[in-house]
Amino acid sequence: MKRYFIHRLLLLLPTLLGALTLVFGLIHLVPGDPVEVMLGETASAADKQQLRQSLGLDQPLSTQYRKFLSGLVSGDLGQSLFEPASVSEIIRARLTATLELALCAMLAAVMISFPLATLAAARHGRWLDRCALVFSLLGLSLPNFWLGPLLMIVFSIQLGWAPVSGRGGLSHLFLPAVTLGLGMAAILTRILRAGLLQALQEDYIRTARAKGLAESAVWLKHTLRNALLSVVTIMSLQFGGLLAGSLITETIFSWPGLGRLTVQAIQTRDYPLVQGCVLVIAVAYVLVNFFTDLLYQLVDPRVSYEQ
Amino acid sequence: MNNKLAFNIGAGILLVLLAAALFAPLVAPQNPFRQNLEQDLLAYSSAHPLGTDKLGRDILSRVIYGGRISLSVGVVTVALSLTVGLAVGSLAGYCGGWVDHLLMRLVDILLAFPGILLAIAFTAVLGPGLDHVVLALCLIGWTSYARLVRGEILGLRQREFVQAARALGCPPARIVRLHLLPSLWAPLMIQATFGLAAAIVAEGSLSFLGLGVEPPTPSWGAMLNDGRQFLLVAPHLTSYPGLAIMVTVLALNLVGDALQEQLNARNR
Repeated sequence: MKRYFIHRLLLLLPTLLGALTLVFGLIHLVPGDPVEVMLGETASAADKQQLRQSLGLDQPLSTQYRKFLSGLVSGDLGQSLFEPASVSEIIRARLTATLELALCAMLAAVMISFPLATLAAARHGRWLDRCALVFSLLGLSLPNFWLGPLLMIVFSIQLGWAPVSGRGGLSHLFLPAVTLGLGMAAILTRILRAGLLQALQEDYIRTARAKGLAESAVWLKHTLRNALLSVVTIMSLQFGGLLAGSLITETIFSWPGLGRLTVQAIQTRDYPLVQGCVLVIAVAYVLVNFFTDLLYQLVDPRVSYEQ
Repeated sequence: MNNKLAFNIGAGILLVLLAAALFAPLVAPQNPFRQNLEQDLLAYSSAHPLGTDKLGRDILSRVIYGGRISLSVGVVTVALSLTVGLAVGSLAGYCGGWVDHLLMRLVDILLAFPGILLAIAFTAVLGPGLDHVVLALCLIGWTSYARLVRGEILGLRQREFVQAARALGCPPARIVRLHLLPSLWAPLMIQATFGLAAAIVAEGSLSFLGLGVEPPTPSWGAMLNDGRQFLLVAPHLTSYPGLAIMVTVLALNLVGDALQEQLNARNR
């Protein structure tokens, strides 16, 4: 385990540094003068110079890069252009809302996919199995920027079961969590169903049944547990996707999280804030994947670095 | 569903969509840009079977023309990503050693980002526009092809037929082109099918956020974004472009799944 951890950590560091370098480079890709793009052509020369200095764009690239990295170490992501607060403070204030939404979306995905996949595998080849396959196919094909408005029309406008937008209690979470989690539910249903069907073919299942183990114990202790391995990986990969997907879902439902903040920062051309948001989401994605690798080894000790 | 049936349904839908996009000027009942403010937000009429938008433009015509944008962005993105991924993956897989390590670390770094996030960040910085959308989608898109090609070549390069070609003095580029690539087409085509679906959804997402095509060019994602403001009074504005995206992605998934199943059966 220790060796595996060190190997994974050694792989994590260059990946993380590369991701940070890419985020650092974002502001330098702005066509023309980034300061002019942010402030507009009509801004005075003094304002432009002041912004250039505060962003450090008047310094050599290597100095800017060094300051960027040292700032990150101390949690300094720079200053927002239009809000009287630092980027770190603004992001910190919004992060909880996004994590709440992403976790609820994941929970919704698990609550939909696990029973569906288990029933589909238990009734393999029958109509319930076909329904699960159709659900996963439709779920994968429904983009969340359409699903969101669709759910809003049905559940908020027509039925009045859930609020149209904003953050509050559980009723506010329902539609955004389903919108964000449905794609994940479709993938999990597909992966878990395939894993369960494969596990059911194994010799140890036949042995468990032959020795008279109750069917519920066969499913819970042997089939489901073995099929969970692939699900763990998919869930972690999808968690990063949920963070990215929150950009659209939060925009649709006016959810005050990191995703909506990113879109607002893009619209107002607040590039330091855009940079900070992208960085936080990317680092979270890398770290979630790293911890999944470790978790994977804990769940299945046969997994080794060489594999 | 039967594998062949699924493929036929998916391919049939795609053919219809492709034909509608190609022959849009002949198929579309009206000019998709023509405004008629006296007939805005109409639901259904014989002149406008799918209604009109806030500027009185015919939605059916705009959905048909929007297909041109979505499909062409998807096809160009997949073609460019495939070309780059094929070149990089072949180089990494065939050369091995430090070349492989270097290229695969680059792939790891790009894959460290959720794809759509990087695409959004790049189009946000570069500004809206179709070429920027394609560029942003290709930036991440090539990595999955490079990984696939590298993995396949690593498995193939020790096979007897490749070693025999090498022993006969065949240059590396020729070995890759004539001996390795023919074995890669099937998995690459499957990947390209799913890649096309992903690119269409990504283009829709970018246009939905106002980072894709610029108005008045019709695009399914942009139409959805426009319609969002009128959800209460005219829900049909979001329904049809959304349905168009879903049907296209569904058809691509049906074709991709069927091809994948066929390849798995062949390898078994």
